[in-house]
Amino acid sequence: MATAATGLFRSSIGRKYLMALSGLFLCTFLVVHLLGNLQLFQNDGGVAFNLYSAFMANNPLIKTIAYVNYAFILLHIIDGFYLAAQNRKARPQGYAKVDQSKSSSWSSRNMALLGTIILVFLIVHMKSFWFEMKFGNMPVTTIEGESYKDMYSVVVEAFSQPWYAALYVVSMFAIGFHLYHGFASGFQSLGIRHHRYTPAIQNLGTFLFAILIPALFAAMPVYFCLKNL
Amino acid sequence: MKITLKVWRQKNGKTPGNFNTYTLPDVSEDMSFLEMFDVLNDELIRKGEDSIAFDHDCREGICGMCSMYINGRAHGPLTGTTTCQLHMRHFKDGDTIVVEPWRASAFPIIKDLMVDRSAFDRVIQAGGFISVNTGNAVDANSIPIPKEDADKAFDAAACIGCGACVATCKNASAMLFVSAKVSQLALLPQGQPERNMRVKKMVEAMDEEGFGNCTNTGACEVECPKGISLDHIARMNRDYLVSNIVD
Repeated sequence: MATAATGLFRSSIGRKYLMALSGLFLCTFLVVHLLGNLQLFQNDGGVAFNLYSAFMANNPLIKTIAYVNYAFILLHIIDGFYLAAQNRKARPQGYAKVDQSKSSSWSSRNMALLGTIILVFLIVHMKSFWFEMKFGNMPVTTIEGESYKDMYSVVVEAFSQPWYAALYVVSMFAIGFHLYHGFASGFQSLGIRHHRYTPAIQNLGTFLFAILIPALFAAMPVYFCLKNL
Repeated sequence: MKITLKVWRQKNGKTPGNFNTYTLPDVSEDMSFLEMFDVLNDELIRKGEDSIAFDHDCREGICGMCSMYINGRAHGPLTGTTTCQLHMRHFKDGDTIVVEPWRASAFPIIKDLMVDRSAFDRVIQAGGFISVNTGNAVDANSIPIPKEDADKAFDAAACIGCGACVATCKNASAMLFVSAKVSQLALLPQGQPERNMRVKKMVEAMDEEGFGNCTNTGACEVECPKGISLDHIARMNRDYLVSNIVD
């Protein structure tokens, strides 16, 4: 069984299962992350958001899921780079003239590029908030007599800078285009395809994961940036 | 019509190639793309030059021999067609057309526009068969098969192994070809005894030949002259998972 499993995940199809499973898990993470972060829009000076971020940082179940999440992010990145390298090797000499615009979507042809932009964003994003929350010197706020790390003011300060907001907006476009292809593609890689349900999956990928979720994420820095002007 | 061709010329797999430009002043719009090459080769031979090597056989769109990557697309600007069925009326007078061989490490160049597609044969040899008892031929239709299944299997069996899927795929992946060859047997009762073994062996052979991975861009389905569907790739993805779990 152990050899069967290693053989499975060494094959081209097996590696795509890993891409699909990790990718779709990260899609569900995005939904949860977005729902939590919508607390930023509560006009309460950050009380709800700070309580939420303290809960996320301290709840043992959330902590466990967070480590699973980091593992999937790493798996998705490593597997993605590995697959991209293999694909390059499969065509060492490219065509002088290529016209793929009529046969496939731009997103589907640029998943590695979009993924790399998202990786750069992720590093900046983790440094600004995750690293600060864990190891940084955080400002402190008091809610109902208890002191909390004031994540809200860190976020607001970061988002108030135009260059930072711009980076977020660009990155959300990258995520949108990545998921425009990636969400539905994950199902195809796992062999889930049906003449009735696949169009629904594609619509979900387009409207929820490629448009609505990135737009709401992008709205947060834009909102605080404009507020500060 | 006047056509300028930029054609990839390469002596063999070991020497590097380059583009040569040829001008054809009087091409009939009723010619097929290959007939235009016949005319050009005739002229080259008469001038004592080396003719352009390209694959072709039936010239009826059913054998899968003709290849050619024309103006950035496998088998040229039309979808669902082979190069022999592409006619010059789809080009304009004065056009410059770039013609390249299929490019994939699994399809080494033999000469000019001719590539070695025997990697496909080795993938089929790995598992694209069924076992039958020897002796008298079995009565036709002795095993009932639902019409829908028979139709799906036939759609997969329409694959002519031309390699346009590999040529057009940004990763030079052979998933559409291999999945068609897996599906045509997986859908029929006769294909069941070797079903799990087949998909494992054929995917293994595909990987060994050095084809790329599937990004699900769907370009193969668009460029396939026989309209093989991505449904077959999904079926192979399912079958491969099942075969690895049960075996």
